[in-house]
Amino acid sequence: MSTPDLLYGEAEEDLRKNVRRLLQERCDPSAVLARCESDEPYDLALWATLAGELGVAGLVVPEELGGAGASARELAVLAEELGRGVAPVPFLGSAVLATTALLECPSSEAREAVAALAGGSRIGTVAVPMTTAPGSVFPTSVSARGGALTGTVRTVVDLEVADLVVVPATDEDGPALYLLDLSSSGVRRTPVTPLDLTRRIGTLGLDGASGRRIASSDSAEEVLQHTLTTAAGILASEQTGLAQLCLDSTVEYVLTRYQFGRQIGSFQAVKHRLADLWAGVSTARATARGAADALATSGGDVDIPVALAQAYCCDTVVLAAEEHLQLHGGIGMTWEHPAHLYLGRAKSTQLALGTAERHRATIAARGGLPAA
Amino acid sequence: MITADELRDRVREFLSHHDPGELDRLEFLRARFDAGLAWVHYPPGFGGLDAARALQPVVDEEFAAADAPDNDPRSNGIGLGMAAPTILQHGSDEQRHRFLRPLWTGEEVWCQLFSEPGAGSDLAALSTRAVRDGDDWVVDGQKVWTSLAHTARWALLVARTDPGVPKHRGLTYFVCDMTAPGVEVRPLRQITGEAEFNEVFFSGVRIPDSQRLGEVGQGWQVAMSTLMNERVAIGGGNTAREDGMIGVVADTWRQRPELRTPGMHDRLLRLWVEAEATRLTGERLRQQLAAGAPGPEGSAVKLAFARLNQSISGFETELLADEGLEYDDWTMRRPEVTDMTARGPGYRYLRAKGNSIEGGTSEVLRNVIAERVLGLPAEPRVDKDVAWKELPR
Repeated sequence: MSTPDLLYGEAEEDLRKNVRRLLQERCDPSAVLARCESDEPYDLALWATLAGELGVAGLVVPEELGGAGASARELAVLAEELGRGVAPVPFLGSAVLATTALLECPSSEAREAVAALAGGSRIGTVAVPMTTAPGSVFPTSVSARGGALTGTVRTVVDLEVADLVVVPATDEDGPALYLLDLSSSGVRRTPVTPLDLTRRIGTLGLDGASGRRIASSDSAEEVLQHTLTTAAGILASEQTGLAQLCLDSTVEYVLTRYQFGRQIGSFQAVKHRLADLWAGVSTARATARGAADALATSGGDVDIPVALAQAYCCDTVVLAAEEHLQLHGGIGMTWEHPAHLYLGRAKSTQLALGTAERHRATIAARGGLPAA
Repeated sequence: MITADELRDRVREFLSHHDPGELDRLEFLRARFDAGLAWVHYPPGFGGLDAARALQPVVDEEFAAADAPDNDPRSNGIGLGMAAPTILQHGSDEQRHRFLRPLWTGEEVWCQLFSEPGAGSDLAALSTRAVRDGDDWVVDGQKVWTSLAHTARWALLVARTDPGVPKHRGLTYFVCDMTAPGVEVRPLRQITGEAEFNEVFFSGVRIPDSQRLGEVGQGWQVAMSTLMNERVAIGGGNTAREDGMIGVVADTWRQRPELRTPGMHDRLLRLWVEAEATRLTGERLRQQLAAGAPGPEGSAVKLAFARLNQSISGFETELLADEGLEYDDWTMRRPEVTDMTARGPGYRYLRAKGNSIEGGTSEVLRNVIAERVLGLPAEPRVDKDVAWKELPR
């Protein structure tokens, strides 16, 4: 077991600076709030800028396919910043899930599709319920016969803005992955009213829709596992970024709010909660960096670092969003304040890609700590 | 500044004239000190060569490779970690010459006389009195939680020399001879049955003014520089996954399937996650230090470490069921080091209670994090401009 590099490199800090600057200009909390009840809950213009000007939609895509050729470490920094901004962009579905899956499939259709995602001209996702944890059994909700896909998948992330979807299905040869254009006939998308107003989910209904097989049998299972593990690891960084934002803005608030003739941040009842939260966020960051480094390093153990990061970060981000709300008092309960956006995002990421309990079960299995 | 290669050459040159196999251990260590190869970042004449502090391992490795005796740093941690830098910073040349060499060689062990029964978290409220009498000071009072007082020759002592001014301003810092008449050391038995620490009583102890460190009334500033040098609880090297107490319970879990229940499994996994996450936080801190950008995460690690040790040891006694009712040994003893994993689960459970009290309580640590890391305001102070003798106690 080698020691992971838990710091940020210079290129990673540059990436952070550029993304944060753009989000400060284009994605402040009031803009995100205004958008979430509009007809365009996703900010696709922002996504186009992120993809086009900063090239971050294809951060981990090799340069010959139009990407930046970076590693999971940089992708994790991008996730931190997008989490910090609760940015309503299809990052998780397109730049993480679909991109990771397509990059692992050797077919020419997959390569063409991933190049389109990297350039930002198309958006993708993977047709699994958002709560699917790494290590889950291969889904059987969609079946394929002669390339025609039939079945239903709930809570598919970023579905409503996606152009293409990677569908895990069972066909004549067993598990398989199909690439499907969402404009095909036989596709029905039903949006779900989401708890998280900044990231949408939908139900994908397939009734004989025609897809192209891009992976089959063992290889399909491996690709899906790798995709879920990568997404879970990257999500830990998104959670760290959002947790840090909740901590920072709470500290800012308790310095400006006066009650009993004092800044409320001078009361130990408040200070101690924030000190504990700071310790939690610092720890979350170490685990998230550990997961990102493991994902970026070939050959080492990935399952435990990712499970650890998720088991830690998914509860820490919820705690951070809950403390943020509590310490803001009444204003935090109002619709106009972004506290509920952070809470909704935090809570949805807690469920996404497996709750802490699922990740602890992975640690039990991989770490030799069997159940009773 | 001297380079690593030059230092290596110096050590080899030294070893060619001082054969560790032939020389007496103390003679060898004294010669090493005089050659400036003790703590290389100290000034010449005081055991060093004004070298970069980071080059110390180069020297230590060369001596270790030659099988040379070391100064057994574990037996004089307070001397090396706290007394020496304080004497270097605040002592006169005469004091430095008198104290530093026998301190480094381990001939003279040091202890620290700060905490008192009435001054724990609020150290500046201490009440041990030092009254000027000719060329001496006469000390009366009581200190507590003193490690090594029973083996120490010298002590770092902070005493009140002016009760009529606010508490931080009326303190003075001394070096106290632990063999002086009127110094009484009593073991302080703890809830574990053993005595790692002592109580120290002073009645009419005379300290010559030449053993004062810093100016009269500057004791708080000198004490703060001592505490700054208190070694961060995080050790030097990497720690491996499942090091420490979590490894003990994980091994018990693996070897004793009959103890497993679903509820305990869930708790074990939660503790495992917390322990591994805390280990990575410490590792990240080490990497920041190595990169020259130390972060404040040490406070997070200390908070988590205290909570974890208490939770894991509590869990362990429950897991062991009937065996959890046993205690390995209540005999009053004086351990040289505190090793959590060398004793039984009952000992771990009791000893870990001290982790959130010693070296700064978790409550004070949270204040420190809130004020120094997060920039939150201090609580209003009622004792700031009040003479010490007027404070309620």
